[in-house]
Amino acid sequence: MAFLNWLKRRLVVIAGLLTLGYLLLPNVVVTVFSFNQPKGRFNYEWQEFSTASWTDPCGVADLCGSLALSLQLAAWATLGATVLGTMIAFALVRYRFRARGAVNSLIFLPMAMPEVVMAASLLTLFLNLGAQLGFWTILIAHIMFCLSFVVVAVKARVMSMDPKLEEAARDLYAGPVQTFVRVTLPIAAPGIAAGALLAFALSFDDFIITNFNAGSTVTFPMFVWGSAQRGTPVQINVIGTAMFLIAVLFVMAGMVIGNRRKKQKA
Amino acid sequence: MPTLTEAEAPPPLAPVPTAKPPRKRGRWTPYLLLVPGLVWLLVFFAMPLVYQASTSVQTGSLEEGYRVTWHFATYWDALSEYHPQFLRSVLYAGSATILCLLLGYPLAYLIAFRAGRWRNLILILVIAPFFTSFLIRTLAWKTILSDSGPVVGALNALHVLDVTSWLGLTAGDRVLATPLAVVCGLTYNFLPFMILPLYTSLERIDGRLHEAAGDLYAKPFTTFRKVTFPLSMPGVVSGTLLTFIPASGDYVNAELLGSTNTQMIGNVIQSQFLRILDYPTAAALSFILMAAILLMVTVYIRKSGTEDLV
Repeated sequence: MAFLNWLKRRLVVIAGLLTLGYLLLPNVVVTVFSFNQPKGRFNYEWQEFSTASWTDPCGVADLCGSLALSLQLAAWATLGATVLGTMIAFALVRYRFRARGAVNSLIFLPMAMPEVVMAASLLTLFLNLGAQLGFWTILIAHIMFCLSFVVVAVKARVMSMDPKLEEAARDLYAGPVQTFVRVTLPIAAPGIAAGALLAFALSFDDFIITNFNAGSTVTFPMFVWGSAQRGTPVQINVIGTAMFLIAVLFVMAGMVIGNRRKKQKA
Repeated sequence: MPTLTEAEAPPPLAPVPTAKPPRKRGRWTPYLLLVPGLVWLLVFFAMPLVYQASTSVQTGSLEEGYRVTWHFATYWDALSEYHPQFLRSVLYAGSATILCLLLGYPLAYLIAFRAGRWRNLILILVIAPFFTSFLIRTLAWKTILSDSGPVVGALNALHVLDVTSWLGLTAGDRVLATPLAVVCGLTYNFLPFMILPLYTSLERIDGRLHEAAGDLYAKPFTTFRKVTFPLSMPGVVSGTLLTFIPASGDYVNAELLGSTNTQMIGNVIQSQFLRILDYPTAAALSFILMAAILLMVTVYIRKSGTEDLV
């Protein structure tokens, strides 16, 4: 009975941790199998321990090229979507204008549409225009679907901003540019950073839209997709593990810096 | 289609005097801020849909070219040939959404109320997998669910697979290449999209409400049913939408973890577009999917937005 009571009290915690395990299990498998030395082409069964792939992550043809291309695309897509999205977010929160509702739904629709629909329709546009599929069509597509997410992230932050701070800056004779650079932008920065981070992750990881609009260009997700049929090199697991670790370190560093700032202010 | 006409409208270029401007800065400013982003969305999101609409009523061939002939029969043909895949998409995405809610709620609740100083770490662990390519993680499920793996072994030993096979979820003593594997992959892939909105809405709940419910002699489960869950409804609604919509168009899980018997509508659209190159059929299928989802989402939002839930 005591055990049952204990279980009852801890039910939420146990269920939550089990879900967390379900979420992280593939990452554990990816990490473990990055040390595997498979016998055949497929890295699905454990053979023997080896660090060979870690010392030579670019040992597979085209893998690091596709990775570099994906990073480059994600960087440009993040820049484009963040600039355009931040501007829209400010306009939506700070100004009343006609067709505001229509603008809001135009922003919302790309998020409420299955990716395959957007991907297919964009391909029909490019085919009709006779555009050459490749880097530029992928970039255009990535900016398009990241845009809405940036708008939402920035909007949330700008909405919670106190407009009195800007009024105060103006009362102290700050010009519009000075007010924006010294007051508005620093306060909005966390929202913009969150939007940019989201855009980077979405662009870097996107497969469906890229698959339709890439032509013969191979991004990292497309390389992984292709390798699933041909046989996955262990190096893919190495890169997957490294990305996970970098992300954890990155987010942790961000939180530590954030906490320190809070303490300094207090 | 109302969404199309809305999207087709030209960007608002002309300055319009507003009734109550919150700011006295230039009336042009909002339009200058909006135009670049909106033009991007109109040209690369709205216009493609128009092109696709036109493609779906064309006839012809790749060699001779296509012409708009208002051939609406394509829609009917596509629907009658591929309705099993449509049905499967709704079923799989629906099951994955329900599973995500059941699995995600305890974790979101744990992070919001019980995690204490572990809260940030758990949040990081929920978000971090986003940065490992989801294709790599989906491929990892092939290893986890492999025929000779421990999961299948355990399920076999417990005779779970006998039951699921009888239900048609698995085939024999395999999990890979069955509906179960595809739903498991979909659930896994979209789980963070459920957890994060749930967490955000749970975190906003004032803890004193729980105390108040307890003071009024509500048992923990009653508190959950009458206080916590209703207050988390915004998270439930946005979480289920963020899970169901992408899951119903997904073709990666069905391709990597499933077989030809588990193909979803995304797989059909993908192969019609990229392999068979039958653009009118592909465009029609894509439109039917879009319309079906917009319809379901509208009905769902209407239903969940009213007091029916309380």
